[in-house]
Amino acid sequence: MKKTALNSTHKRIGGKLVEFAGYEMPIKYSSINEEHLAVRNSVGVFDVSHMGEFWIEGPQALDLIKKITSNDPSVLAPGQAQYTCFPNGKGGIVDDLLVYCFEPTKYMMVVNASNIEKDWDWVVSKNSIGARLTNASDTISQLAVQGPNALKTLQKLTDINLSEIQFYTFVTGQMAGVDNIIISATGYTGAGGFELYFSNSVAEKMWNAIFEAGEEFDIKPVGLGARDTLRLEMGYCLYGNDIDDTTSPIEAGLGWITKFNNGREFIDREFLKMQKTEGVTRKLRGFVMLEKAIPRHGYEIVNENGNTIGTVTSGTMSPVLNKGIGLGYIAKEYSAFGTKINVKIRNKLMPAEVVKLPFI
Amino acid sequence: MNIPENLKYTQDHEWIRIEGDIAVVGVTDFAQGELGDVVFVEIETEGETLDKGETFGTVEAVKTVSDLFMPIGGEVAELNEALADDPELVNKDPYGEGWMIKIKIADPSELDDLLSPGDYKKMIEA
Repeated sequence: MKKTALNSTHKRIGGKLVEFAGYEMPIKYSSINEEHLAVRNSVGVFDVSHMGEFWIEGPQALDLIKKITSNDPSVLAPGQAQYTCFPNGKGGIVDDLLVYCFEPTKYMMVVNASNIEKDWDWVVSKNSIGARLTNASDTISQLAVQGPNALKTLQKLTDINLSEIQFYTFVTGQMAGVDNIIISATGYTGAGGFELYFSNSVAEKMWNAIFEAGEEFDIKPVGLGARDTLRLEMGYCLYGNDIDDTTSPIEAGLGWITKFNNGREFIDREFLKMQKTEGVTRKLRGFVMLEKAIPRHGYEIVNENGNTIGTVTSGTMSPVLNKGIGLGYIAKEYSAFGTKINVKIRNKLMPAEVVKLPFI
Repeated sequence: MNIPENLKYTQDHEWIRIEGDIAVVGVTDFAQGELGDVVFVEIETEGETLDKGETFGTVEAVKTVSDLFMPIGGEVAELNEALADDPELVNKDPYGEGWMIKIKIADPSELDDLLSPGDYKKMIEA
């Protein structure tokens, strides 16, 4: 099993470690609910160093990214980041990812840990035009510092004015006395904050500095358990649950990152355009349980007659709402907001309602 | 790890306290730690007579859902009503206020199959 540079730190502070995507990762430290609320109300830190980073460089870099991603990377100026996905050539999704533009000839892709190898092979196989590719996944650490007090915490560690870093932009500079930290105003929690990228060799130093700076805000380490409940409250997709090789970005509600402008030729363009124009037969929707019940991945969604109309892809008890919430693919006829549906839980039909995202 | 000496245990991480012909049942401290925050305990078998090993309910934590099994056969005579509003009692006080059901013991000889505190400790440390 692979380990991040902070593995021994997690063990020392009492993290409960589990296997995730081939890495030994903390699922929780104290309690998922406590960690969740720490991020919503103050500030929490996630070690997400298991995620993958690819450098795409050279005069062909932009052309390669234009060809293989659903969003339009040509709108990116240096210092901007973009959420996008790799269409798989069969109407599905290879992975979802962030693209960071450093220079017009230098980009970084940040991909899911579970897909690093698959994505790398995919990008390499599509690179007939000769962009320079580097898989830096094993040398880069990433910490997500998230929550309403994330900015105040990190501001103590740097002279860069963090409040000037707009959402989905980034700067590279000094933090905690370390140079070349990528400071990105992005995240997977909806609570605000930053994602920091740096070399493995300074991971412990950065971790310790952040916790010292955040002490007055009762900063907490946060595991993958709360990362999942936080992203689900926002309705963000998780690859492997809500999107995969068999779901299209249009069905998944990712039409906003599927851009057909300027005649850009990208993988699955025609198919996705047809789906966008003609509509899809199922849609990824959020729903709230109307009684005490928790939907889980794989549970059936049924209509009032008990006929299957969909499948739950993610579910949990929302720590903020204290209600069961979920995402699932639902037949178009039942996908309007406000529609009453049922989730089959242990052979009982539990009522739920289709709602707009985010949940909170 | 808290494993009280006065209780019996099962391989499914439940504890049993014998009170005459009644067995009080809950999940162990180890189990509640593995489950994490318990958000929902569903027991709809009150009044039913079930065999050893049958499911008497379900415990839902934030990340997981687990069945609860009868450690011995008998009638589910009572359930802990307090868990409906405070499921986190299972985390806070697994051997006390977090108890789940009381079973009217059908066959006392089944108690012989339960694990001693020492055996249970060995099992979770293995």
